[in-house]
Amino acid sequence: MQYLLMLYVNEGGWSKLTQAQQEQGVAAYAAYTEAIKKAGVLKGSNRLQGSSTATTVRIANGKSQVLNGPYADSKEQLGGYYLIDVPDLDAALSWAARCPAASHGVVEVRPIWPMAV
Amino acid sequence: MSSSEGDLQARRTAEAAARRSYGKLVAFLAARTRDVAAAEDALSEAFTAALTDWPRNGCPSSPEAWLLTVARRKMIDFARRRHSGEMAAGQLQLLAEGLEAAAADAEIPDQRLALMFACAHPAIEVGIRAPLILQVVLGLDAALIASAFLMSPAAMGQRLVRAKNKIRQAGVPFGIPRTDDLPGRLEAVLEAIYAAFGEGWTDAGGTDVARRDLAEEAVFLGRLVTELRPEEPEALGLLALMLHAEARRRARRNEHGDYVPLAEQDPALWDSQLINEAEALLVRASALGSIGRYQLEGALQSAHVYRRRTGHVNWAAVVELYDALLVLCGSPVVAINRALAIAETQGAGAALEALQELAADARLTQYQPYWAARAELLARTGACGEARQAYEIAIGLERDPAVRRFLQQRQSALTP
Repeated sequence: MQYLLMLYVNEGGWSKLTQAQQEQGVAAYAAYTEAIKKAGVLKGSNRLQGSSTATTVRIANGKSQVLNGPYADSKEQLGGYYLIDVPDLDAALSWAARCPAASHGVVEVRPIWPMAV
Repeated sequence: MSSSEGDLQARRTAEAAARRSYGKLVAFLAARTRDVAAAEDALSEAFTAALTDWPRNGCPSSPEAWLLTVARRKMIDFARRRHSGEMAAGQLQLLAEGLEAAAADAEIPDQRLALMFACAHPAIEVGIRAPLILQVVLGLDAALIASAFLMSPAAMGQRLVRAKNKIRQAGVPFGIPRTDDLPGRLEAVLEAIYAAFGEGWTDAGGTDVARRDLAEEAVFLGRLVTELRPEEPEALGLLALMLHAEARRRARRNEHGDYVPLAEQDPALWDSQLINEAEALLVRASALGSIGRYQLEGALQSAHVYRRRTGHVNWAAVVELYDALLVLCGSPVVAINRALAIAETQGAGAALEALQELAADARLTQYQPYWAARAELLARTGACGEARQAYEIAIGLERDPAVRRFLQQRQSALTP
């Protein structure tokens, strides 16, 4: 089954880290990405630019509304994702727990709903 | 054989197979696809088909194998209808593989425990885990489960459906959890087994076969867990608790089928073999050095059994155990029993005060044991008018005719 691991993190936290801590953080993500690749379960992954770069669109009463900023204004913002293919939820949860974001933020695990081909 | 005889035999055979193997069949059918609802539906259709086929063609030598084959074909049909293209192909492959495995193996593997652990998975809402196990492993209907859990049947039904959807859609695994996850998951499993036992226990006379089997099934599941996890003190405690209760089954009714309360039971009618087994389990559990709710409840049973040797109950120990239990789980049901024990050590007045603290709990207004306890305590303090009213409510809420008769006798014995 495929699962999307969504990484929600406090964006403000990064700039408060010392350079050494930032390097350590980057290294942790790199190691995690390497491990998940080596395990042969990674289907796709990316990080996102900060939520200040977000723009939301919705059509209401036939008119498009374009708003500056993210959809949900919360302390933790979606900062990246890993799409993985594993046998079951427990396997997905154990990868989520290893993700550095689980320690400094939250990782939401959602099963992919496949499209009929 | 006349057609009505054939019908009767088919129904009996189907009922026996359901009692013996319902959960086993659901677990086996659902293990590959994780679609518990489809497994239940398919099995239910297989039972319906059996009631048409068996009277005509005779009952099969292995009803379970017959039911499994028909149910799996139904599941393949469901999958075909629901999906199209590649997705269905994957599911059909899984089902077909299972069909072959079942054909090759005369014995259906017992995956009930794996199914129970799926139901008790942390991804499943806490409050619904135990009811879910009762439904999918034991085949209880939502209304019966709702009453055991003090919940409305409609709400219970909806929550069960949601939980089954979650298992399927989120890919909750069917299997024994990793060692570090096991204690938490085991707790939910034990809670469900105990609730199942409680349901079976309400039919003391053993006239309702489905219910009596439920108690036996719960003991069976309890044994299964202790075999899998021999070092788990709470699993041992739960089994001890159930065996202690089972040991007194015969003494709970007199020769006229009337209800006999624990205090008036003849210890000679208790099953000493079961009691000894239960006591041995408690000793084993306590040696593992981690106390818990089920060990405490088992110890309570043990304190009552003490009367078999000494002629009197160790009430001080009983109250102490209830105190500990109340701290541990804070259940209103425990609080009611604690109040009744307090009546024996400090008198009915103190017990009524303890019970009064519970009066605000809305769930208890329709809970028979609360009103029966209140009535009994009021009667002892001489408040006969209030006692009569409380008995009236308890009688109105009771579903077991023998207990109802007992409460009516107590009520009419009140001095006017």
